[in-house]
Amino acid sequence: MPDPTRPLLHASGISKFFPGAVALDEVELTLLPGEVHALLGENGAGKSTLIKCLTGAYRRDGGTITLDGAEIDPVSTNESQALGIGTVYQEVNLLPNLTVAENLFLGRQITRGGLLRRRAMIRAAREVLLDYGLDIDPAEPLTSYSVAVQQVVAIARAVEMSGKVLILDEPTASLDREEVQLVFSVIRKLRERGLAVVFITHFLDQVFEISDRATVLRNGRVVGERDLSQVTPNDIVTLMLGRQLEERVHERKGGRAGEVLVEVEALGKRGMIEPFDLTIHQGEVVGLAGLLGSGRTETANLLFGAVQGDQGRLRKRGREIRITRPRDAITQRFALCPEDRKTDGIVGDLSVRDNIILALQARQGWTRPLPRAKVNEIAEHYVRALDIRLASLDMPIRLLSGGNQQKALLARWLATQPELLILDEPTRGIDVGAHAEIIALIERLREEGMALLVASSELEELVAYSTRVVVLRDRRQVGELTGDQITPSNIVAAIAAEEPKEATA
Amino acid sequence: MIRSTHLPLLVTLLTFVLAYALCAAQYPAMLSTRVVANLLTDNAFLGIVAVGMTFVILSGGIDLSVGSVIAFTGVFLAVVLRDTSIHPLTAFVLVLALTTAFGAAMGAVIHYLEMPPFIVTLAGMFFARGAAYVLSTDSVPIEHEFYDFLQSLYYKAPGGGRFRLIGAVMLLAFVAGGLVLHRTRLGQNVYALGGGVATARLMGVPLARTTVSIYAISGGLAGLAGIVFSLYTSAGYSLATVGVELDAIAAVVIGGTLLSGGYGFVAGTFFGILIMGLIQTYIVFDGTLSSWWTKIVIGALLFAFILLQKGLTWATTSRKRVRTGSATPS
Ligand SMILES: Nc1ncnc2c1ncn2[C@@H]1O[C@H](COP(=O)(O)OP(=O)(O)OP(=O)(O)O)[C@@H](O)[C@H]1O
Ligand SMILES: [Mg+2]
Repeated sequence: MPDPTRPLLHASGISKFFPGAVALDEVELTLLPGEVHALLGENGAGKSTLIKCLTGAYRRDGGTITLDGAEIDPVSTNESQALGIGTVYQEVNLLPNLTVAENLFLGRQITRGGLLRRRAMIRAAREVLLDYGLDIDPAEPLTSYSVAVQQVVAIARAVEMSGKVLILDEPTASLDREEVQLVFSVIRKLRERGLAVVFITHFLDQVFEISDRATVLRNGRVVGERDLSQVTPNDIVTLMLGRQLEERVHERKGGRAGEVLVEVEALGKRGMIEPFDLTIHQGEVVGLAGLLGSGRTETANLLFGAVQGDQGRLRKRGREIRITRPRDAITQRFALCPEDRKTDGIVGDLSVRDNIILALQARQGWTRPLPRAKVNEIAEHYVRALDIRLASLDMPIRLLSGGNQQKALLARWLATQPELLILDEPTRGIDVGAHAEIIALIERLREEGMALLVASSELEELVAYSTRVVVLRDRRQVGELTGDQITPSNIVAAIAAEEPKEATA
Repeated sequence: MIRSTHLPLLVTLLTFVLAYALCAAQYPAMLSTRVVANLLTDNAFLGIVAVGMTFVILSGGIDLSVGSVIAFTGVFLAVVLRDTSIHPLTAFVLVLALTTAFGAAMGAVIHYLEMPPFIVTLAGMFFARGAAYVLSTDSVPIEHEFYDFLQSLYYKAPGGGRFRLIGAVMLLAFVAGGLVLHRTRLGQNVYALGGGVATARLMGVPLARTTVSIYAISGGLAGLAGIVFSLYTSAGYSLATVGVELDAIAAVVIGGTLLSGGYGFVAGTFFGILIMGLIQTYIVFDGTLSSWWTKIVIGALLFAFILLQKGLTWATTSRKRVRTGSATPS
């Protein structure tokens, strides 16, 4: 057993400059063997940049790294992997053109005489994945599995790679509760084996559940290192934001919803979601609750025309409308902010400004370009309103931090001033401060008379802003909660109606 | 179960079988070993260079220099054998080293200077062609007893078909290429590059080494194709094999490899070559058709295959969307 007080990995004075931004300024990070170390901070604080400097994905501009007492200087991820540092990066998943097994073993394939042993790898992959509760065929292409499964595969790959240190950058964002628990049980096993695990997330409850210590970053600087058994979540939040987060007590909205905006009648698609009815009023936030794969995203997509239903009718203000593709929905002044910003949202090489303006311009038609001044005004307005951290509006959006990309995407749809705004997981990957702001924003939009449909796996969050919660299970609507009924425990009870569980939320 | 990634390969195979059956129905003589042997011999150099092109395209790149490299190799060999007393085998080793290094250099430029392969290999194309001109502008015949010896090696099959050495070299190139691509780490890294450079980098794929290797392989195989071509024509000519790089690309695409990289098989390229050779043979058999019909048919085939790939990518992504239920705005 290694000495538990001698750092396994020690990084000091790490600096990284980007054109127009100091991403890291003399950052220090100490990882002890057998600990789970949370790396915390707001969107754009520099968390992802720090780990990329540690693994050699970025060349750092200053600082030293020691691993096991010896100085290391990885210039490529290849090298850091060989040193026993396994990493799940925030934005990277795996290679879509390879099979699950090939992804799992890329770079450390089982060979004999220089030739790959495919069968052996498929067998080994199956065994590895069984430990994560995945009983899948590793010889299948990666893309034949869901995002959540892919994420678990990515984690499994990093774990297999990590002889000493495992780094996980927001690994749980697309996982549901059970999958998170599986990942946690693996992390605990590694901790017992004396590995150091770095865990980055915006879910504070997960931080406190699994982590021993935490390093908090703000604007590229370390603002504190804390033993998590000594502090409260509130202390951590204050440290992250540099200010107290105002307590937002959820009060039941008294104001009556306005007139009916959208009526859905028996809309459905075979194999995806069973036909459902839904009425959304102006000035109302309808929450969609349910487990991963319960049909939340499907409901949102169907309504927006991103997926075409095979039956059902739609009325807006009493008039029959037809939505067969997103463009129809946009003309009806619907907007959908999707869940998976990487594949469905951002256009990486376009500037932040163009990304924000995209949907509005699309509705206007490309032949009538918005005047430059107006574009700037709109973009600046939303950058301020959502507190998007950037060096300039001209930078390509892919250079923003993960959470800030998410906010820019939200800005894109807000800019169209929709009548019905559909949000799918609006706070995924967004830090606590911005989280509270987005909730406040939803409330404000509602008060202004917008109708919102919000799908989320965060029950507390749903409770905070919903005026009505529709509960889904197994691709079916199974219940509806209104008014005082809306509490986390009631939602959990509705989700799990058949076998009532204790409220865990 | 048929995986969607195998589908283009199957389509290629089917196209070949169907086309061959149709040809044979019209001209039963096309079933003879003679035709088969000629198919291999006549396309040997193209096949070899197409193996290299498969590597390059799978990795998401392109190599426009190979046609010129073949011509250069031919002229180099002819001039060396004419003006010096170097043994052809030594000359072969020399020219292979030269072309491999040339490919590696292009790979290094592509990787380290972050230049698009299209531009770098276009420059390489002019460079190699120019080097060939510098050596000689005329067609230089090759007369050497070792060449005669190599050309005299063949297996005579029942039915009169002569399976010559160069056909065997091509088959060997395909087998070796397939082995490297599908059964080694390097091969996996080639696919990884084609799947996404940024992702491959974060997953620890050695980009520099892989990129350099890929273009070195392509250059080396172009050199080998040049040797084979000089055996085939017994001459070296700086104006030879103009546009062969495009034929090679066509064979790779008809073989079911995605032009944007990441998906495909060496075996597909083999059948791509055979299909193109078959069209040529058919036109010879017909006798009335102009040889330009070859180009037209290949053009049509290419178009059809690109459409097929587009359709497949579309089908798989939309199926994935349905599964994960995500949306596409705007
Ligand atoms: N390649 C780049 N060029 C310019 N600026 C960059 C680049 N990469 C990151 N940045 C900037 O560096 C800062 C730190 O980003 P980083 O991705 O490390 O944040 P983060 O803490 O991981 O945030 P999040 O929680 O949103 O993922 C951001 O302001 C970002 O815009
Ligand atoms: Mg990040």
